[in-house]
Amino acid sequence: MVDAKKYPAPVTNPETAAFWDAAKQGKFMIKRCTACGEAHYFPRSICPFCYSDKTVWEEASGEGTIYTYSLMRKSPTGPYAIGYVTLKEGPSVQTNFVDCDLDKLKIGQKVKVVFKPTDGAPLPFFTPA
Amino acid sequence: MTIKGKAYIAGIYEHPTRHAPDKSTAQLHAEVAKGAIEDAGISKDDVDGYFCAGDAPGGAWPMVDYLGLNTKKLRHVDSTETGGCSYIIHLGHAAEAIAAGKCSIALITLAGKPRTGVMPPRAAGAEADFESAYGATTHNAYGMCAMRHMHDYGTTSEQLAWIKVAASHHAQYNPHAMLKDVVTVEDVLNSPMISDPLHRMDCCVVSDGGGALIVTTPEIAKSLKKPLVKLIGHGEAMKGPRGGKDLDLTYSAGIWSGPRAFEEAGITPKDIKYASIYDSFTITVLMQLEDLGFCKKGEGGKFVADGNLISGVGKLPFNTDGGGLCSNHPVNRGGMTKIIEAVRQLRGEAHPKVQVRNCDLAIAHGTGGLLGVRHAASTAILERV
Repeated sequence: MVDAKKYPAPVTNPETAAFWDAAKQGKFMIKRCTACGEAHYFPRSICPFCYSDKTVWEEASGEGTIYTYSLMRKSPTGPYAIGYVTLKEGPSVQTNFVDCDLDKLKIGQKVKVVFKPTDGAPLPFFTPA
Repeated sequence: MTIKGKAYIAGIYEHPTRHAPDKSTAQLHAEVAKGAIEDAGISKDDVDGYFCAGDAPGGAWPMVDYLGLNTKKLRHVDSTETGGCSYIIHLGHAAEAIAAGKCSIALITLAGKPRTGVMPPRAAGAEADFESAYGATTHNAYGMCAMRHMHDYGTTSEQLAWIKVAASHHAQYNPHAMLKDVVTVEDVLNSPMISDPLHRMDCCVVSDGGGALIVTTPEIAKSLKKPLVKLIGHGEAMKGPRGGKDLDLTYSAGIWSGPRAFEEAGITPKDIKYASIYDSFTITVLMQLEDLGFCKKGEGGKFVADGNLISGVGKLPFNTDGGGLCSNHPVNRGGMTKIIEAVRQLRGEAHPKVQVRNCDLAIAHGTGGLLGVRHAASTAILERV
């Protein structure tokens, strides 16, 4: 399936620049706190769980399962499926599902990350594994 | 310290318009302010507290000036912005300010023109780069909640449809309602799918309009002519994906705001005679009824089915004006009209066909933002004196 949709380029900022730099290398990064051990997404410098500033970047597997989704049928740019993926590493991330038959998505389905180009850094999406 | 019984709703006004191409947004604010002030039987020069949210053009200070409020007297302002439930939060904040002696007559306004004007864009949060490209809208964000609720609890589209059916039964008696036709479960299921699993009739209307409240001290309320309605409990809360840990979209922040309000009021959901529940979508109502404790989590589908929300028929009459699903949804924000219909019920001013008998305790509850992403919730419990 050809995905001709034009996606906006991330603005980026000092706190998240490393995520987008890694995305350019095809790597999907999460943050992990070395104080409490919890991983989180989207990345913050201060752990949202224990407030430690000892958070580090970690390359995620890019694999997960669909927590939920909704197929948006009324859109000027055509139907799209928004949802959340629960990563193998734990955190759930908001995304769109791409390169697949959107009518066949299922909660619990295994998916993997795929990057789509923008005019800046590429954006992470998910597709059936 | 409590706000229980410290503040009364002395004035209410809902703009009759649903389509206002010939009016400005500020003008609608002024019209609803005037309406609520006249309903209370006070003068605009008596107002010493003003509350508004993101729909007020320019925020509080341009509105205070435009509305011609008495700036020698005005001593308390609050522009807390939490989307559709802002006005329920304002009601609680007004009561806090009144209880603390910071103001004695508070005006709260909401108005806008999503049908015939330009809506101000939502400000971007820290998550923007990680979410905005994915096109979260109200439809699909609530669709995601409904999808997971169905998965976890077996909730069905038929059960959700009953919520719209009940709203339509009430709307037939509201001359201002946008959708006055009574619909069936089949009508809802046969309406076009918008964002799975929500059909068109699972979604609220889009309308111009607005509403306003006057909140005041017990002493001032008793000196006025309207039936007495007091605030006895209030709660507010927020919820978001919180770093993606233990994501659960089957409950809302109402699970925290509700118990806070009930505890302050000293009553339980069983005591409530009438419920105004924000109905941006049918799933919004179902989840909030569970979160507020009207039924157990996961049993909302069974609770709303078979007309249980229809006034005079079911156990919990809800949104007797037809709500957002049928009557109006000014500025895409349902909190204000939820309070107004609850006050009408307590005053005995609802349409006779939907007026709840001996209505002495009512709840007005709403959420703001996107239930499937991040949102606020607020609960108000009101008592007829």
